[in-house]
Amino acid sequence: MDSKRRVFLKGTLAAGTVGVAVGTGLLTPAIALADRPKTAFETTTIEDAIRAALGAGNPQDSDQITIDTQDVAENGAVVPITVTSSLPGVTHIAILTGANPFPLVASYTLGENTKAFVATRIKMGETSDIIAVVKANGRLYSARQKVRVTLGGCGA
Amino acid sequence: MSSIRVRAQIEAGIVTVRAIINHPMETGQRRDQAGEVIPAHYITKVQAQCNGQDVFTAHWGPAISRNPFLSFQFQGAAVGDVLKLSWTDNMGESDTSEISID
Repeated sequence: MDSKRRVFLKGTLAAGTVGVAVGTGLLTPAIALADRPKTAFETTTIEDAIRAALGAGNPQDSDQITIDTQDVAENGAVVPITVTSSLPGVTHIAILTGANPFPLVASYTLGENTKAFVATRIKMGETSDIIAVVKANGRLYSARQKVRVTLGGCGA
Repeated sequence: MSSIRVRAQIEAGIVTVRAIINHPMETGQRRDQAGEVIPAHYITKVQAQCNGQDVFTAHWGPAISRNPFLSFQFQGAAVGDVLKLSWTDNMGESDTSEISID
């Protein structure tokens, strides 16, 4: 049991290191984004997860991103969420939440003719914000929306 | 039978894709009645292509709900064009579905 815990801690530390490497420009975003941003899903802080998933940090708050979801989710196992943005040049949309052990829920890459729109259903372990981070013309923007969860989704 | 149910409908030049995939999306954090950890089993990637071009890629973690729903929109396609949707999971399983836009 204890040895497993060590492995887990090592894993999260390693993930953090990659996040820092990306943030400091040691890894270019193109390389980091070429395939599945695996470490991003194993990162435990929102800031590091954004860096690992999108190759940059510190998104700017934007009112041109809309998160459509429930204010109160009776069942945290199925929380519908739609993210849209009117920003031009959107290439990536990431969804994160502080409700789960690993904040990154999904990271979407859009094609040239793809609209800045995605709808999905996510699990939330507890009441928290949903954060949408959008990469548009190489810059990061974000919006957040609080969802109150009455029955946590970790059991499903 | 395919694990993917998908429709792609075009309206005013915008194709709306709606898909539901049958998948347990196990987080690896739950335990069964005997107290054993249920192994993580979740889709890691969903890829959509139209006319050979990538239109949409989803990278997912285990926090996507069971039997995932996904919807997205794109332009530049016509009725009858083929949309190919495929997924792979962390256990190496995968499935693909091809439909024509209507």
